Amino acid sequence: MNATLRYQIDLIFTLTQKDLAVRYSNSYLGYLWSLANPLAYAMTFFLVFKVFIRIDMENYAMFLIAGLFSWQWFSNSITMAPTIFIANDSMVKKVNFPRSTLPFSTTLQDMIHFILSIIVIVAFLLYYDMKPALSWIYGVPLLLVLQFFMVFGLSLLLSSFNVFFRDIERLTNILVMLLFYSTPIIYSETMIPDRFKLLLYLNPITPIIISWRKLFMEGTLDPLFLMLSAAYASGAFIIGYIIFKKLSWKFAEAL
Amino acid sequence: MEPVIIFDKVSKSYHLYHHINRLKILILKLYNSVSAFRSSRYEALRDISFTINRGEVVGIIGKNGSGKSTTLGLIAGVIRPTTGKITVRGRVLPVLELGGGFHPELTGRDNILLNGVLLGHTRSHVKERRDEIIEFSGVGEYIDQPIKTYSSGMLTRLGFSIVVNLEPEILLIDEVLAVGDKEFQKQCINKMMSLKKKGVTMVFVSHKMDELLKICDRVLWINDHTVHMDGNPSEVTSVYLDS
Repeated sequence: MNATLRYQIDLIFTLTQKDLAVRYSNSYLGYLWSLANPLAYAMTFFLVFKVFIRIDMENYAMFLIAGLFSWQWFSNSITMAPTIFIANDSMVKKVNFPRSTLPFSTTLQDMIHFILSIIVIVAFLLYYDMKPALSWIYGVPLLLVLQFFMVFGLSLLLSSFNVFFRDIERLTNILVMLLFYSTPIIYSETMIPDRFKLLLYLNPITPIIISWRKLFMEGTLDPLFLMLSAAYASGAFIIGYIIFKKLSWKFAEAL
Repeated sequence: MEPVIIFDKVSKSYHLYHHINRLKILILKLYNSVSAFRSSRYEALRDISFTINRGEVVGIIGKNGSGKSTTLGLIAGVIRPTTGKITVRGRVLPVLELGGGFHPELTGRDNILLNGVLLGHTRSHVKERRDEIIEFSGVGEYIDQPIKTYSSGMLTRLGFSIVVNLEPEILLIDEVLAVGDKEFQKQCINKMMSLKKKGVTMVFVSHKMDELLKICDRVLWINDHTVHMDGNPSEVTSVYLDS
């Protein structure tokens, strides 16, 4: 294997391992906490929308679970993204290592959490008398790759910009909240009135969230949403990478 | 004589980024801030040229803010010159500021791996060297404690130990060694002497003239953003002290 590639893999592995170790140091329940957040959301939304507002949908709890975990990956990574280079400023200022490995490993870390949480999704499926489909074998890796590149691209963009404009951090928090409610996670895409349908396609994370839910609950991949996901993922990655390339050599000066 | 670091008419100026670190200001006064941004440059180094050969140990002295750290940053490749050309041949290892590149929640042992890999080594190489690093650092049983429990002296010891035991080709040291106790400082000087014998090139910022006299072959005095004097350590330091 090429020596540089070999080294970059080592670097990403070490950074991811560090992130995981740091996240769970001094924590007794460790990994279980990363499940607690989406489960608490699912419980709250179930209570509010199913029990109080009486939304007309079968298996609403399952529906929530199938969307919330992939959302959790997205929102965790994106909320953390702006701080990535700032939190590692002393390294960035002194050592000339490939900077893109920092956002890469935080994205990877959140992806690993998402993969581990699929167990919970399976448990819910079994509880509702459904079971994992054979199509998961190719569907899960495919969607993982698409979401990875989308999240990595956005992380490159946000982390690079925030070195120069620290307000990005605050802005991101608000945008993530707005995105959550404009993505069909607590409601289904079929409930959106026709005149708002355009919004559905303009939201870059809608296609991937819908794809995950369809895959988990029905075992199918919708070609339209899959293609939209791929388009948004490559768009996010290309734009993020170009911005990162343009700005990264100035990081050490601006931090 | 094989040159490993060549500065050819290098200048470095910085934009003063604090003018635009608020998006609000940028948006509200777009025109003003762009022109302010353009004009507010700070010149850290002006047209400097020098060559450092393999195995040379070069000290850099000068007042605070004269451009010493910028010079080290340029050699390390973390910042780029505004004009001029820099050539560096060989793997550069910087000694980081106190705790730089360490994570406080991780143990000393894990931090050695993290830091070593960030400095450009493979995991297996760092693991091979880890016992030597621990031994030299002298932190003893604390090595399996999170480094947030370390004293500043211990952090410096560990940081220095990682870098010198990972076979640097070019070593950059930025006034960090002043933190350790006398014994450790002696140990550091001895280690640097033995690296010097092995042919490691070192660039070394310090305010301690006796250290510079002991190990340097040459001293650069950077003043007013240019090389004010370059030559024999005893000559340069005596003129510097008289100024």
